[in-house]
Amino acid sequence: MTLFGYRVPMMASLLVWCVVWEIVGRLDLVFLLPPFSDVLVAAVSLVQTPSWQSATVTTLRAFAMGMTLSIVVGVPLGILMGRVKIADDLLGMWVNIFSSAPLSAIVPVLMILFGFGEKTIVAAVFLFAIWIIVLDTRAGVRHISPSLIEMARSYGASRPALYTKIILWAALPEILAGIRLGLIRGVKGVVIGQLLVAIVGYGALFETFSRNFRMAEFWALTIILFAFALLIAELIERAEAKVDYYAGARQ
Amino acid sequence: MGATALRNGPSPVPAPIDSIVEVRGISKTYGNVEALRGIDLDFPRGKLTSLLGPSGCGKTTLLKIIAGLIRADGGTVAINGKRVSAPGPERAFVFQDFALMPWATVMRNVAFGLELRGTNKAEREEIARRYIAEVGLAGFEDKYPHQLSGGMRQRVGLARALSVDADVLLLDEPFSAVDEQNRRKFQEDLIRLRTNQNKTFIFVTHSIEEAVYISDRIVLLSPRPGRVSQIIEPEIGRSGDPERIHRDRHYLDTVEEIWQGLKQYVE
Repeated sequence: MTLFGYRVPMMASLLVWCVVWEIVGRLDLVFLLPPFSDVLVAAVSLVQTPSWQSATVTTLRAFAMGMTLSIVVGVPLGILMGRVKIADDLLGMWVNIFSSAPLSAIVPVLMILFGFGEKTIVAAVFLFAIWIIVLDTRAGVRHISPSLIEMARSYGASRPALYTKIILWAALPEILAGIRLGLIRGVKGVVIGQLLVAIVGYGALFETFSRNFRMAEFWALTIILFAFALLIAELIERAEAKVDYYAGARQ
Repeated sequence: MGATALRNGPSPVPAPIDSIVEVRGISKTYGNVEALRGIDLDFPRGKLTSLLGPSGCGKTTLLKIIAGLIRADGGTVAINGKRVSAPGPERAFVFQDFALMPWATVMRNVAFGLELRGTNKAEREEIARRYIAEVGLAGFEDKYPHQLSGGMRQRVGLARALSVDADVLLLDEPFSAVDEQNRRKFQEDLIRLRTNQNKTFIFVTHSIEEAVYISDRIVLLSPRPGRVSQIIEPEIGRSGDPERIHRDRHYLDTVEEIWQGLKQYVE
């Protein structure tokens, strides 16, 4: 973007919205929206409280566990569906339903199954993240050029070698794209899970802040969460850029 | 004149002495399209044989059946007298679209056949380095396929096929995705390579000029269903300047003769 002939950095638009927020907040129109500067101050003091720190540890751990599980299950499942027609016919419908269904509605059921603890949160992350990983991995495997598979076969690749040396790598760009989208959905899952359980991690904090109308802290926590989601998406995108060159080269 | 030795008819051709690949009664049907019907062929050891024909004559299918990549509906393929139905170390394939691993360097791509056989890294890289140099890519070992031109990529494919030290090299229209100048250079290199390496080449092409230029033997296939319609052995001296072949009378006559034979299949 350029303005009056000057190149404006990417984050400039964000700055504009921060100023708008500050002005609206100062006008005192709605008590739900305190000035942005207040939110920043609240954020600084929030990260120093033990309750935030322990909530962050709990949340990150549940998130990491849920994501690991969904990658470990999702990628092989996607590869299976991409390679075996029967598996695709059997599972395709369900994966598509789950990937577009309003999953928040299922979280209460998870609570019944797994109780009011970390297990439910992990299950929520898993449930939110896995489907897009499966779908993207499947698409990646489907796009592998048949001659690459023939090449491996003609040079005597065993079945395990075919999967670990060719298929996994050839589908890597799509697998990474699926994981990136899965991570963003996983953040949704961890927040919705904790909000519904309401006594764990960020869910408990959100509950406290909103019930007591501590809006500055409420927004500070929201911003921290958004920043976290964007950051990990950015990190995966960096990894994707590294393998991008061969996504195009595969034709 | 005896410029070319012609044998007509789809009936089995008398087996030349010492054939390395023997194809007997191969047939293949896709759905209700008969791709190949009763193919009997012998490929002499140490020669370059081209499978030539219009599109739809099943020449690539036949090559992939010999490679063990496609299963025939009937008939047998024998290599060195042994029946085969799956890929094996005595055959190496060069693909039309190169089939290189885009995430691997030239070195790893060339050494991949040996890697799959469990050859240790030092040894396979030494062998690969030799063949990379052989196809004229010395210095490109650490480049990735996307950094190479189409012609160079196919040289990588060729080096990979050479490095596994197979007796038979199967080439599926290897130059069709390579630009014209590179193709000419490549054909010359192939002629040179064939004299250096004591290997049997089976070469699929739809270009009459290419087939006559490089082949010891040309198998003409007719389409729908694919059958052997003619076998031609161009007697063109390939020693000396490869440039001269293009102006050779026998070369030009043979091209014309094949064209007259194939014309009827062109709509």
